[in-house]
Amino acid sequence: MYVAVKGGERAIDNAHAWLAEERRGDARVPELSVAQIREQMTLAVNRVMAEGSLYDPDLAALAIKQARGDLIEAVFLIRAYRTTLPRFGASRPMDTAAMACDRRVSATFKDAPGGQVLGPTFDYTHRLLDFKLAADGEVPFAPELADAEPSKDTPHIMEFLDREGLMQRDTDGRTPPRDLTREPLELPATRDLRLQALTRGDEGFVLGMAYSTQRGYARNHAFVAELRIGKVAVEMDIPELGFAVEIGEVELTECETVNQFAGSKTEPPQFTRGYGLVFGMSERKAISMALVDRALRWEELGEDNLGAPAQDAEFVLYHADNIQATGFLEHIKLPHYVDFQSELELIRKLRREATADRGAHRAAAE
Amino acid sequence: MTVGPDEETRDRKKWMGLLARAEAGDLARLWQDLGRAPAHDVLRAPEIGGIMLRGRMGAVGDAFNIGEMSVTRCSVRLANGPDGHAYVQGRSRTKALQAALVDALMQSGAADAVRAKLLSPLAEIEAKRRASRAAKAAATKVDFFTMVRGED
Repeated sequence: MYVAVKGGERAIDNAHAWLAEERRGDARVPELSVAQIREQMTLAVNRVMAEGSLYDPDLAALAIKQARGDLIEAVFLIRAYRTTLPRFGASRPMDTAAMACDRRVSATFKDAPGGQVLGPTFDYTHRLLDFKLAADGEVPFAPELADAEPSKDTPHIMEFLDREGLMQRDTDGRTPPRDLTREPLELPATRDLRLQALTRGDEGFVLGMAYSTQRGYARNHAFVAELRIGKVAVEMDIPELGFAVEIGEVELTECETVNQFAGSKTEPPQFTRGYGLVFGMSERKAISMALVDRALRWEELGEDNLGAPAQDAEFVLYHADNIQATGFLEHIKLPHYVDFQSELELIRKLRREATADRGAHRAAAE
Repeated sequence: MTVGPDEETRDRKKWMGLLARAEAGDLARLWQDLGRAPAHDVLRAPEIGGIMLRGRMGAVGDAFNIGEMSVTRCSVRLANGPDGHAYVQGRSRTKALQAALVDALMQSGAADAVRAKLLSPLAEIEAKRRASRAAKAAATKVDFFTMVRGED
């Protein structure tokens, strides 16, 4: 039973005013602009876009500012804003083979056509704090290759295995995907819904799940066949025009893993894949997503259920969303006075009965 | 030279894409420089919404939903005829209106001037930005060399 209790308005107003002041911090330090967050906290912006499920760097940067850098709170703000937007339609499936790659590496083929392009990576840095950044720095400069060829489509590395028939192939059955933001997630969940839940899932949760598969829970040894990051065009059919036009471009990170597969009753031994595709430069998340995607495919590939958490679609999909989790977790700090009052009365009653029983036993023994 | 309807559509798709991808600031500046304020009716005032972005399982398979993107759309009709439409990334109403007006003007007698003074410079800005990123990426391409061990 819920009982409404009034009161606390003044305390709440003052708490929010103080929140605003604390958000600003020491007024002698210059205020952060949204553009500064967008340009210099890019990876935080990317994470908020991915988990907030809305590609809009300016809004994500604003949300980070408003949330004082609490990224889950920022994701919450974006999710709330997203629900106010009328849905104009859906894009055509984006063609990641036509990505203008900033980065593209393969852990399986050294001489992959198109080459290994490192891009602006943290890899091979020494993870030593750079105190130069604490001083007023100069604008850094990245070298450009003078006679670079204009970027052209970079074929996916998996295609080469596909051609040999060594790779389990994903096919396009032209089934329109289901949307878990429009209908509740029901089990068993098809792969389209699983991928949607994973790409907007909490990075930490998906990483933990992926890591568990590497450590032996639903072991499926994965190689990163390809990891690419870059801009991809967004194309949509415009009803007023009767044809499709590009309406923008987004940065995506795509990861394809290749996994051993011993074969089943219906399939010969071959490689299988896990797939990750995430908004922004979100490499850790994309690799994690691909590993968890692969672990969740055990049933359709005819593998054994080893009882591992990462194979349990219900466990993974119902706990990956940090806004659902936060909402339920944090609500227990809000007033539960009446609930608790009844618990208190119950425990007092049980104790009275227990004491009376013990008294009766003693009396009988004497 | 006559232009077929397919080619017209291809051309229109090109400029609409260019306008959609342009930064609002660049478009606003070039629109100002163009110095045109064509009389028009607004068929659909700039409206902010979202579209669901889709990818493909394993890059080639069935589609799935990734998340939405903010989009602003707008439609106008010039006093002398043609309609202009815009669906542009982001939440700039000004950008959507200017893109719709440019789309309409490109179907009018002003097309050549608009192409020369607005679309071409816009395409140049984009080409420069892309070339610079591609050149930086190319500079991070790994040249492998193999160390030969032992005697052959």
